[in-house]
Amino acid sequence: MTEIWEGLVAGFWLVVTLDADLVEITLRSLQVTLSAVVIASVIALPLGAFLAIRRFRHRRATIALLNALMGLPPVVVGLIVYLLLSRSGPFGVFGLLFTPTAMIIAQVIIITPLIASIAHQAIRDIWAEYHDLLISLSTTKRQRIATLLWDGRRALITASLAGFGRGIGEVGAIMIVGGNIDNATRVLTTAIALETGKGDFALALGLGFILIGLAIAVNFAIHAIGQTESEGKW
Amino acid sequence: MVSPILPLQMRGAVVRRRGKALLGPADLDLSEKGLTIVMGPNGAGKTTLLRALHGLERLSEGQISWQLPFAETLLRQAFVFQTPVMMRRSVRDNLAYPLILRGSDKKQARQTATEWAARVGLSHAIDLPAPQLSGGEKQKLALMRALIRSPDIIFLDEPCANLDGRAIREIEAILIEAQANGTRIVMATHDIGQAKRLASDVVFLMRGQVIESGEASAFFAGPQTPQAAALLKGDIVE
Repeated sequence: MTEIWEGLVAGFWLVVTLDADLVEITLRSLQVTLSAVVIASVIALPLGAFLAIRRFRHRRATIALLNALMGLPPVVVGLIVYLLLSRSGPFGVFGLLFTPTAMIIAQVIIITPLIASIAHQAIRDIWAEYHDLLISLSTTKRQRIATLLWDGRRALITASLAGFGRGIGEVGAIMIVGGNIDNATRVLTTAIALETGKGDFALALGLGFILIGLAIAVNFAIHAIGQTESEGKW
Repeated sequence: MVSPILPLQMRGAVVRRRGKALLGPADLDLSEKGLTIVMGPNGAGKTTLLRALHGLERLSEGQISWQLPFAETLLRQAFVFQTPVMMRRSVRDNLAYPLILRGSDKKQARQTATEWAARVGLSHAIDLPAPQLSGGEKQKLALMRALIRSPDIIFLDEPCANLDGRAIREIEAILIEAQANGTRIVMATHDIGQAKRLASDVVFLMRGQVIESGEASAFFAGPQTPQAAALLKGDIVE
């Protein structure tokens, strides 16, 4: 019990004193995960819309696969990205291993299926509603996807936030491809794992509380920007 | 002068779904002008007929021929569904949407949309999300959205179902104005009074078959078939 209290106190002081390491780690966490969310959303949202409106062979299998990939184990993703980016791997020449870029790549792979799957379900509902109208107005495929993405924007924000939630709390993959290098690739989750390993529970907990606070703050900020729940029923 | 897309000829049209014929075989001609009312009991194939004409329903047999290739007629047709589809955006953006799709300047389209909303008394709701409108307002919005591209022909699937007298009168006024501006109207309805008020010609459907069709005045004065006579007399036809 005392550890939790000490953790709160430690976290409080770290925030109040704007501890330089803490700020750096927190910003890197945000940088990695927000970049991953933006890239994954750019891929996943149109993909989800495409899967909702397009009929093609193996569509159901594709969707089932996508849903299965939501449960992709981060450690395995980390391992595969590690092998691809390592010196002897196919992309070794870029020297990306143990950089934030490598961490972003791993997180994009982890959260893209999640965002695409949630987006697909949301857009499928709107498409059922809009189908006849959009056919009647003789829209092109591109116009349909754009319309569905725009009118489904609130649900899609939720999809992206789910991706953010998975990314910001993820440790397995970024530990492997980032290496938890001080001042280079250390982020909140990997720092917590390290401090826990060292037995510094107070610091680890302090970082943990900051991580939770960060996740909540980002969610609130995005809801405020998107005005979700504030007007109308969409 | 743009070449006209009408008259239209439908010959031997059959729409089947899961082996069951919903429509046909049916023949139909649509002249260049007028307001055709499609009547008939539930399940007679009114909706299927309109959807087939508009190209939303694939024909299993038969053909529909416009004066131009079908793809060229599409932008000059419009459809109002029985349950109006309200896009999850403001009334103004709902109205502007068909114009923007066609490549109009967004600002110009929104301006036009604002003017069109004013014409049917929707100005007070112009910035409201369309799904929040009342039933009559939704139907008016759907109708204006269909008319805003000034289509050559508009199909309406029971646009006045579940509306009260005032809303019906407003919608009929819009239709009469559209017709005066040269839009061909094809409309399904259950309401014999409405049919008598609006129709220039009538198509009477039962069980997917065209039982009777012709000029409205002749149809209402002296129906040729016992079913149509029964309908006009006020009997229940099924």
